Amino acid sequence: MAAVVKEKARPAPAQSRLLMSGNDAVSRAVWEAGVRVAAAYPGTPATEMLEVISTYPDLYAEWSVNEKVSLEVAFGAAMAGSRSFCAMKHVGMNVASDALMTLTLTGVAGGLVIAIADDVGLSSSQNEQDSRYWGRFAHVPVLEPSDSQEAHDFTLAAFELSERFQTPVILRLTTRICHVKGLVTVGERREHAVAGFVKDVSRWVMVPGAAGRRLPLMFERENKLRAEAEISPLNGVEPGTDRRVGFVTSGPAYMHVRESFPDAPVLKLGFTCPVPIELVRHFATQCDQLVVVEEVEPLIENEIKAQGIAALGKDILPRSGELSPSILKPAIAKLLGEALPDVVKITPMQVFPRPPTMCAACPHLGVYYTLAQMRNVTISGDIGCYTLGFGQPWNALDACISMGASMGMALGLDKGRAESEKDKKIIAVIGDSTFMHMGMQGLLDIVYNKGNVTVLLLDNRAVGMTGGQANPGTGRDINGEEVPRVDFASLVKALGVREERVHVLNPYELPKLFKTLREESKIAEPSVIITNQPCVLVEHYKARKPFRVLEDKCTGCGNCVEVGCPAIHVTRRDKVIRPSGKEVERSFVRIESAACTGCGLCLQPCAPDAIVPVEALSMPIHVVKPS
Amino acid sequence: MTATEILAEAAIAFGHDVKKTEVAGMAQRGGVVSSHLRFGAKVLSPQITPGSADVLLGFEAAEGMRWRHMLRPSGLALMNTGRLVPPVVDIGLFEYPDDPVASVRAAGTRVYSFDASAIAHELGDMRLGNTVMLGAISDHLPFSAEVLEQCILKRFASKKAELIELNRRAFAAGRAAAAKAAASEVA
Repeated sequence: MAAVVKEKARPAPAQSRLLMSGNDAVSRAVWEAGVRVAAAYPGTPATEMLEVISTYPDLYAEWSVNEKVSLEVAFGAAMAGSRSFCAMKHVGMNVASDALMTLTLTGVAGGLVIAIADDVGLSSSQNEQDSRYWGRFAHVPVLEPSDSQEAHDFTLAAFELSERFQTPVILRLTTRICHVKGLVTVGERREHAVAGFVKDVSRWVMVPGAAGRRLPLMFERENKLRAEAEISPLNGVEPGTDRRVGFVTSGPAYMHVRESFPDAPVLKLGFTCPVPIELVRHFATQCDQLVVVEEVEPLIENEIKAQGIAALGKDILPRSGELSPSILKPAIAKLLGEALPDVVKITPMQVFPRPPTMCAACPHLGVYYTLAQMRNVTISGDIGCYTLGFGQPWNALDACISMGASMGMALGLDKGRAESEKDKKIIAVIGDSTFMHMGMQGLLDIVYNKGNVTVLLLDNRAVGMTGGQANPGTGRDINGEEVPRVDFASLVKALGVREERVHVLNPYELPKLFKTLREESKIAEPSVIITNQPCVLVEHYKARKPFRVLEDKCTGCGNCVEVGCPAIHVTRRDKVIRPSGKEVERSFVRIESAACTGCGLCLQPCAPDAIVPVEALSMPIHVVKPS
Repeated sequence: MTATEILAEAAIAFGHDVKKTEVAGMAQRGGVVSSHLRFGAKVLSPQITPGSADVLLGFEAAEGMRWRHMLRPSGLALMNTGRLVPPVVDIGLFEYPDDPVASVRAAGTRVYSFDASAIAHELGDMRLGNTVMLGAISDHLPFSAEVLEQCILKRFASKKAELIELNRRAFAAGRAAAAKAAASEVA
């Protein structure tokens, strides 16, 4: 595979007004801020930041193997005096927090901004945690933009703040910032002189004594930041004529408040941690009652209540999910004893759900078709497209919590099994990128502690779920340049899996996959089955001739439907009584040839050989090979 | 999502402020995709409040039905009658509605419907469906259809000339299909 090196874009000139997503706007500001090092692991809704940053000139960008490493890379650059940037989704900070909780003690030399994108409303995540907690936990400032322009401006402000107070700064984004496009006026790039790394063991080596001496400095810094928040231009009061309710609000919730209550006084907070308590206290005197509108947790609310300021918040607003004018208007109407707006009465029409599916010809289809045939198994799953294996028609994934957890959970399921589960097979399913992110340690633990687990390592050579980004298994870096490629078979052997227990298979060869999986799951020691076919979304995936169904040959057995390929559609369904008296449901099918890429998975379970290549029909009987 | 982006560009060309929401992540894997576009002198919240949209572009028949409640009572639904049947319907867990257009109409909404998928198929590329739908909305915007068309064609400026021509034809076909549907609605 030839590497395709991506070209750097020529950034639009300063003062251009551009339609940008929040992610685009942050990326532009990162470039303008003179950042020299930027790192991230892909994760919705943060992914596009590093993708876009990598197209800018004059900086180093990388896909890191996980969020903790990305933060450490950015911190290293900041120690060396460079401005640096790191982006992650909310759950990424759980992984990176070990680094954060101590680098807040050392502080930084060059500016370090950490963008954390919260998936408020769970469009593509396993939980809905509020990243603003990290500001409190790590004693670092948090900025919350409310649209694309602010995402740009606050990023620049965050670097200023970071260098002035020598602290990392968290830029808290949400899905409605990252993925909403609006107009942004952009500026110029300003280079920053890099001082270089200055050796200072009392600052950079956090052994107990040194760390203990840094603690008071961190709290002193926090006090200065609290004073700064009180006078920060990122916070401001917008007076209003209808003073029955005054709103304290931050992030995208501000836009919903402004839209819903144009005449109300609003205290808009952009610098939200530490909370500018005196600013809030003064604002409270200008209105009859205060309502705090924030996504998701009642953080500002609880902190101002603790300071003796009367306010409402989550008492009248939802505890989870996104806010919107259609939620805010009825809640405030109820508070004021007014009639509910009409909006509340509209009910959506009932339509079938459209859950996400795997792609046509996805190599995971063969894996889940096979797993669905296995009996007496518990399947420990992980995070990626293959999480979808829990759903129809496979029902072949039983647990999923966090990146890499399939390994440890599988070992626990093995060691903690009930007497009645003595013969149960434990299978773990994990993708290549997730394995490198946080799964390798779990496999090492399985080997070390003699676990009885069969691991399916689905190597599709990409971070599929987030759009096919490169990883160390791809053999290419973020710029498309060739880099050493991880050899998974050698890697798992090096972790201690015996050579006979390691298999590299083509997941489109169903009989072989089934046989290997059945045999390995019977052997009471760790085995690893690596599937080796690429994601269908990556550039170098080669589609083959599509297939079609011969209608007169299809017996309606429905075996092909069990593959779960979205290119297979049922045209007719009926029920017949077999001679044995058994009632059987039949599903006659067609293949949407335009979507089919000819992987051939559905051919294999087709009993009557009713699936044929589209081309065969139009092919002349005597094929003359070109000389 | 690309179609909404082009609409946004046209609105900007007319001096409007715009905000456009995108849905990504799981939606990339065949899930529900919806996108909101708001434009005007100054746009605050990017989300359209249910019951307040002026126009609904339904790129798939049942999806038009799913989002009908976003329209204001006098709003217009432009619906593609083409269907994308998801696996949950294929395996018999859910039914596809018999006639989404009729259902939306029965709920009291003005609908102009046409088979944009068939038009795109005839032109030789299903991806032209987006341009067909943009052609359909082009006479129902507070700015000229020609500027919207230019915004589409601009995207293909660096590509093959035949792509420009195909998109021009798709736009015209969508515009004609919506006009025809509107005429039959009146009659």
